Amino acid sequence: MRPVLHETLLAFRRAPLLSALSVSTIAFSLFVFGLFGLIAVNIHAAIGAVAERVEVVAYLRRGTPIEAVTVAMSDIQAFPEVQGVEHISESEALTRARRELPEFQDIFQDLEVNPLPASLEVRLKPQFRNAATAAAVADRLKGFQFVEDVRFGNDWVEKLDRLRTIATAAGTAIGAAFALVAIIIIGNTIRMAVLQRSREIAIMRLVGATDGFIRRPFLLEGLTKGVLGGLLALALCYGTYVLVGSVYHASLFFTPAEAAAGVAAGGLLGLLGSLLSVGRHLRSV
Amino acid sequence: MIKFLNVTKEYPKTGAALQDVTFHVPKGEFAFLTGHSGAGKSTALRLIYMAERPSSGEVRVSGFTSSRIGGRDVPRLRRRLGVVFQDFQLLEDRTAEENVAFALEVTGTRRSHIGPRVMRVLTQVGLAGKAHQYPRELSGGEQQRVAIARALVNDPVVLLADEPTGNLDERATRGIFQLLRDINASGTAVLMATHDLDLVKAVPAHLIELQHGAVAYDSAEDADPGAAAP
Repeated sequence: MRPVLHETLLAFRRAPLLSALSVSTIAFSLFVFGLFGLIAVNIHAAIGAVAERVEVVAYLRRGTPIEAVTVAMSDIQAFPEVQGVEHISESEALTRARRELPEFQDIFQDLEVNPLPASLEVRLKPQFRNAATAAAVADRLKGFQFVEDVRFGNDWVEKLDRLRTIATAAGTAIGAAFALVAIIIIGNTIRMAVLQRSREIAIMRLVGATDGFIRRPFLLEGLTKGVLGGLLALALCYGTYVLVGSVYHASLFFTPAEAAAGVAAGGLLGLLGSLLSVGRHLRSV
Repeated sequence: MIKFLNVTKEYPKTGAALQDVTFHVPKGEFAFLTGHSGAGKSTALRLIYMAERPSSGEVRVSGFTSSRIGGRDVPRLRRRLGVVFQDFQLLEDRTAEENVAFALEVTGTRRSHIGPRVMRVLTQVGLAGKAHQYPRELSGGEQQRVAIARALVNDPVVLLADEPTGNLDERATRGIFQLLRDINASGTAVLMATHDLDLVKAVPAHLIELQHGAVAYDSAEDADPGAAAP
């Protein structure tokens, strides 16, 4: 293994400019992809935060015995789409209204009878927070005799759905385009590095080096360049994130797993690029 | 040791480069392969180091046969051959010493063995004093000596030289030619492709002449094959 490491280091030392150029080319193409990734992660998180407010509220008939409600709650909890269900009694509803609607403070103060109904607030699992599921759950809730009315903000949930569809479609298309561009640029960068050493490969073949031996330093070089480029791209993304974060608060960065996957993708692209380019040279000599 | 048996090499675009070529270069011999450019000399050499395989016929080199050799055996064959070219094929960013050592490094020679062997062949070609110079700091003749040292460092049984003096002036040509004769005298077979008839006439040696891809003359056919060796 030592000679391979040695050759790899030498390659960087002999052609420092070309090596730096390939690393920074890889870094910038991954950076562009990474920036897009950051935007996607944040949009996704923002939509997720809004979607958390998707809930189906069933208003209960006055005088429904609490036992019936408790039985129904365990039924509802068993719906596959349902994450949780909470019972809000009439007095809790009033307390909450007083807290959340201070502008109607006077009205609530003067009440003799609590006009607010008790309700069941049904929260959906993340993957079911869309209009169709909310409507389906609402229909099922209407089936309970003691349920007077069901609301789930039909209108804005539909808008949320549309937003989500657009974000996903645009994200996939733009992400794929950026990824493709990164792959092409990285592939060509690695190919140039191999091309620059085609004479070396020819001589190695001539003096009887095995294909595996010839390939190894190039693969390690490609991998190293890819990983270095990936790390640099990650640093650039982080710098951008900090810079943007100082203006817009509460933005998200990649999770450690996502960051590691990005760097690994850089390494993999470097490795694959080298494998393909060297393979072509080995066949031609 | 090198045997061509009815070898034909055809290329899809340019047609036949060699046509039914048969010759034999025995162990330890000095042989010339002559002919005009395009006569098939380089193709013959490429068939010997098995960068190409014949379209028909068979090439046998030091126990390896073109029709049976597998991809993994080609490097093993090449470690028993030394090859030098008209354009030297040195790595510009490495010193003379590093160029020679390269041939040992990439064939997996232990590091501790490399230094002494490199110095031995550099001394043999008369360049021990210029081991640390880069190719651009050396004359053409000296660069070819580095290339020859690289070809010799794996102790080949045969040295293949493709127009080794083609880029050199007369004095350097004589020097390189003498070096090849010395190498041959120490037991390594030498097959030298050249169109320099002055060299060919200078010494008695096995002479194979190619014309339009076919053997036009083979001195070993005229006499007892052993007599051609110096």
